[in-house]
Amino acid sequence: MDFGGINPVILIAGLMATSVPILLAALGEAVVERSGVLNLGVEGMMIVGALGGFVVAVHTGSPFAGFLGGAVAGAALSLIFAALTQVFLANQVATGLALTLFGLGLSSLGGQGYNGIKPPHTVGLLPDALAKIPVAGPILFGHDWVVYFSILMTAATWYVLKFTRVGLIIRAVGENHDAAHALGYKVNRIRLLCIMFGGAMAGIGGAYISLVRVPQWVDGITAGAGWIALAIVVFASWRPWRVLAGAWLFGGISVLQLNLQAAGSAIPVEYLSMAPYLLTIVVLVIMSSGRGKASMGAPASLGQNFHAAR
Amino acid sequence: MIRLEKRPNPSRFWLYATPPVAVLLTMVVGGILFAAMGKNPIEVIRTIFWDPIFGEFAFYLRGQLLVKAGPLILIAIGLALGFRAGIWNIGAEGQYIIGAICGAAVGLAVFPTENRLIFPAMVIAGAFGGWLWAMIPAILKTRFNTNEILVSLMLVYVAQTILAKASTSFLKNPEGMGFPGSRNFNTYPAAKNGYLIESLGLHWGGVAALVTAVLIYILLTRHIAGFQIRLAGQAPRAARFHGVNPTRLVVMCMGISGALAGLAGLFEVAGPAGQISIDFNTGYGFTAIIVAFLGRLNPLGIVLAGFLMALTYVGGEMASTNLGLPSAAIQVFQGMLLFFLLGVDVLTNYRFRLPAAAATAGAK
Amino acid sequence: MTGTGTEKGGGAGRPELLKISGVTKAYPGVIANSDVGFTVGEGEVHALLGENGAGKSTLVKMIYGLVRPDSGSMTFRGQPYQPAKPAEARRLGVAMVFQHFSLFEALNVAENVALGMESPPPMRELASRIRAVSEEYGLPLDPARMVGDLSAGERQRVEIIRCLLQDPKLLIMDEPTSVLTPQEVEILFKTLRQLSSEGTAILYISHKLEEIKALCDEATILRRGKVVGTCTPRERTAREMAELMVGTTLTPPERHPVDKGEVALGVSDLSVASPIPFGTSLKNVSFTVAKGEVLGIAGVAGNGQDELLLALSGELRVEPDRLRIASHAAGDLGPVERRKAGLVSAPEDRYGHAAAPDMSLIENAFLTGAIRRGLVNRGFIDWGKTRAFAEEVIAEYDVRTPGPEVAARALSGGNLQKFLMGRELNQSPSVIVINQPTWGVDAAAAAAIRQAILDRAAEGAAVVVISQDLDELLEVSDNFAVLNEGRLTKPVPVQGLTMDQIGLMMGGAHGMEVAHHAE
Repeated sequence: MDFGGINPVILIAGLMATSVPILLAALGEAVVERSGVLNLGVEGMMIVGALGGFVVAVHTGSPFAGFLGGAVAGAALSLIFAALTQVFLANQVATGLALTLFGLGLSSLGGQGYNGIKPPHTVGLLPDALAKIPVAGPILFGHDWVVYFSILMTAATWYVLKFTRVGLIIRAVGENHDAAHALGYKVNRIRLLCIMFGGAMAGIGGAYISLVRVPQWVDGITAGAGWIALAIVVFASWRPWRVLAGAWLFGGISVLQLNLQAAGSAIPVEYLSMAPYLLTIVVLVIMSSGRGKASMGAPASLGQNFHAAR
Repeated sequence: MIRLEKRPNPSRFWLYATPPVAVLLTMVVGGILFAAMGKNPIEVIRTIFWDPIFGEFAFYLRGQLLVKAGPLILIAIGLALGFRAGIWNIGAEGQYIIGAICGAAVGLAVFPTENRLIFPAMVIAGAFGGWLWAMIPAILKTRFNTNEILVSLMLVYVAQTILAKASTSFLKNPEGMGFPGSRNFNTYPAAKNGYLIESLGLHWGGVAALVTAVLIYILLTRHIAGFQIRLAGQAPRAARFHGVNPTRLVVMCMGISGALAGLAGLFEVAGPAGQISIDFNTGYGFTAIIVAFLGRLNPLGIVLAGFLMALTYVGGEMASTNLGLPSAAIQVFQGMLLFFLLGVDVLTNYRFRLPAAAATAGAK
Repeated sequence: MTGTGTEKGGGAGRPELLKISGVTKAYPGVIANSDVGFTVGEGEVHALLGENGAGKSTLVKMIYGLVRPDSGSMTFRGQPYQPAKPAEARRLGVAMVFQHFSLFEALNVAENVALGMESPPPMRELASRIRAVSEEYGLPLDPARMVGDLSAGERQRVEIIRCLLQDPKLLIMDEPTSVLTPQEVEILFKTLRQLSSEGTAILYISHKLEEIKALCDEATILRRGKVVGTCTPRERTAREMAELMVGTTLTPPERHPVDKGEVALGVSDLSVASPIPFGTSLKNVSFTVAKGEVLGIAGVAGNGQDELLLALSGELRVEPDRLRIASHAAGDLGPVERRKAGLVSAPEDRYGHAAAPDMSLIENAFLTGAIRRGLVNRGFIDWGKTRAFAEEVIAEYDVRTPGPEVAARALSGGNLQKFLMGRELNQSPSVIVINQPTWGVDAAAAAAIRQAILDRAAEGAAVVVISQDLDELLEVSDNFAVLNEGRLTKPVPVQGLTMDQIGLMMGGAHGMEVAHHAE
């Protein structure tokens, strides 16, 4: 069952795992943007989460505690963004960029002394016997718990946004913050909570890179995953299931290019490793061409700060 | 509870006071960070901010300031132009790399010919390369409404891959005994961007930065194009009402910032760096974003901010060699500076008030 | 009519519902309300009458819990009443229909209603209740429709039904008729009377005197934040109430009949898609305006007014022949070229469209004056000349400002509007297009602006005034047309036009009357 040296079962199983970091980060950012906030600091929150998760996991020996640590680290960093944009009304684009630059520096500083250490192993959720079933085994049962968690979070995000009052309020605040304020909703407080959720999700995503994907600590370990997550949110028109589809598509491309490299493809390695970034651009072009902001489903207040004048 | 209240007029005092206050706050909080790392905060701050200008090795380090500030200023001015217009070119790092590769390629192609026109041709090629790389997000934005932040950023990663390829294959030094990296321009006089005044660290890149600062300042304050840039950033609908063509504005701003970043790359690769190598770029394209904001998106402010940021680089290296301060700490320090600037900036347009005070002030 | 600030009991012996006494609220530099007091009885329709800026909005925001008074007291149903937030007000039985800003275009009707309720039932149940209540009160509404796709009148129904689902004791309505056709106003009044007869009190905010006479039991008149009088509107003439509201007597603008010259602006069969999300596309719009003529274009908000202005100003380009300025094809010209050709325009939204709020008045003068006033020399701006132009406008149009270098946002709406009108009118234009010339402007300034427009027409300029204020249009226009769902009726002379005819031109009541006939 090989096609040009590539096994489709391994490819599918691989892409599900590869896409976890960007899926989690993009889900978080989708909620943040639905509430009307554009946080470009995803990359920074991810890498700080990657470090936080790694450090906690190494010291406690528990991968679960590590992921928790990643969530806390990501959320803590996002609090800086929340304070600057929601309290001090700073420009969201500039603050998001600052958050990324700061996060990269902070992780590089804090990560010194963690190079070359192996983190504890994150185990599979289901019995090994199930994973050994041909075809369905590796795809459906062979993953660690975070993969299932990421799919669960997709469903949960979708359900909350679409069917619950909390989700309705988040969408309302992102759609028209003046109206939401007039009805008595605390716009900035709701946004702050959304930003922290986004930070925690990015942090877990980052921790997955350092604890499972790599798994060790390397400077600049996220390598642009946060930016791809941001692109996927646009690609997905801010909808959770489409975020999943987008993340899997990118996961698929990444796994495919790695497999091609391993299989000794005729295409030079450098060009293959460009593929995810080029694909991001192509997809962005396809998604945004010929359509206005509204028809794409972008929240109408996206990127605008709210200040209750009177 | 303390409330924020919008000022009827932006405060001129805070417009100018914000950067110094942000620098001071960063020194205080940075000092606490350094202390937490077990360093003497006063000593670290002195090493970073004082020694490069007045210390023992200042005669050499002062020159290094302009070497580092030049590219930062050049790139930041271009970025500021776009940021003013609400056009977010975040990929200056990529434009810087491609500019360097294009410019270097022209020089290396004619090696070892000696001709006065070689360096000018490299300069043009460098600017052209950066311009071309910036045109990709610009055209995708105007033609397909694609987000320029994400596209220009993705292109940084692509440019880095091309850089790796260039230094290991197509621009590799044939006499380099298999090591990656191109020929060194220091051994090729016609293509070398040498020092004009060595003690000041002044090479053509520094000249270009200072001249650009003045030209862009005039453009922004006196020329209609500058007015349109400011208008488009502050009130996009009013800009269309005025008659600004958004497409032309995007192409112009992205083009200028790309060309300036490309120029910075060329001057760097033909001068201080000396050759195309996998890591000849030192993140100027990203640091320039901080410089642009720190300089309040004003060309003259950016010149000052560029020198300040260069100081943290040069001083940071000193602190790294002399005091063992990790170089990443400087990156954190720079990030903090931008945070404080963005936070303090609120005072330009808002003021803090106690509700009781607001009420009595209103009743008077 | 009592001319003092003391409160008066609810009319017709109704039991007291809401009592406000001594309420004061100040903002920096402005006293919004000073020692305001009045009483509303159960089931009473009570008018709050006053000009823009008289403090009506701040007052009702305090009643609705959005703003806290600095001093004074309120009682509601006999209990001390000081809502800290709207949710509390809603829980106690106070509901509010806003003039602006309270609907979410990308959400559907049911979701919009749910957001205004404390503990909404499940969506399916809510949808059926919306249907039931909307039928009962003659305001049919489909709960599943996207609010962005609704007309202005239908959007108002969403707000009203949102309130009615909570069984309010007091319903606050802030300028509800500004978005309605005359027939739709009749239907709304019928609904409000039905509510009143069922015991719901209504606090009705307006500056339209005829409406208040037709609907309200009692009226409290505000001027500059103070109560200047209370009265029973049915017993007073509109003129009496107007003089109390404004404080001075007003003179209508003078008209000098002029001979109409040749066509200065011609639009033929103009169709253009709206660039605004949920906007209205223009469909086959045709009209001509002669030199010296004023064409008034009426219509309910959201029927293509913004799009028409964009198409005339040059922000939206069309085929060359669709628009002619003095017989020259100009449809494909941008704003700069159209200004060169003699056409100036003034959009409705002052903060962000007609002016850049954070820029100085000097820079805002340059914004449109650059070409016709010759403020640019080889691409370089002559700031001295620009400042002189700004100062000229400030002096001539009585703009109250500390100087030309202050930011546009620092000016009050009326003052900024005077500046922006002056900026366009002082460019010796041959064609003038204005959307909402006096929206949110006090009566004296509005009269001055109308007079300035008429003066330019008398000098030979062709003028198009787009407005939602019918009285204003009837006052300034020679010819009158209505924009309805992107289509323009054939312009007709204003003289001899009746309100009924205008109502028919405005497209009637969009089927709203049907439900009432079914009662």
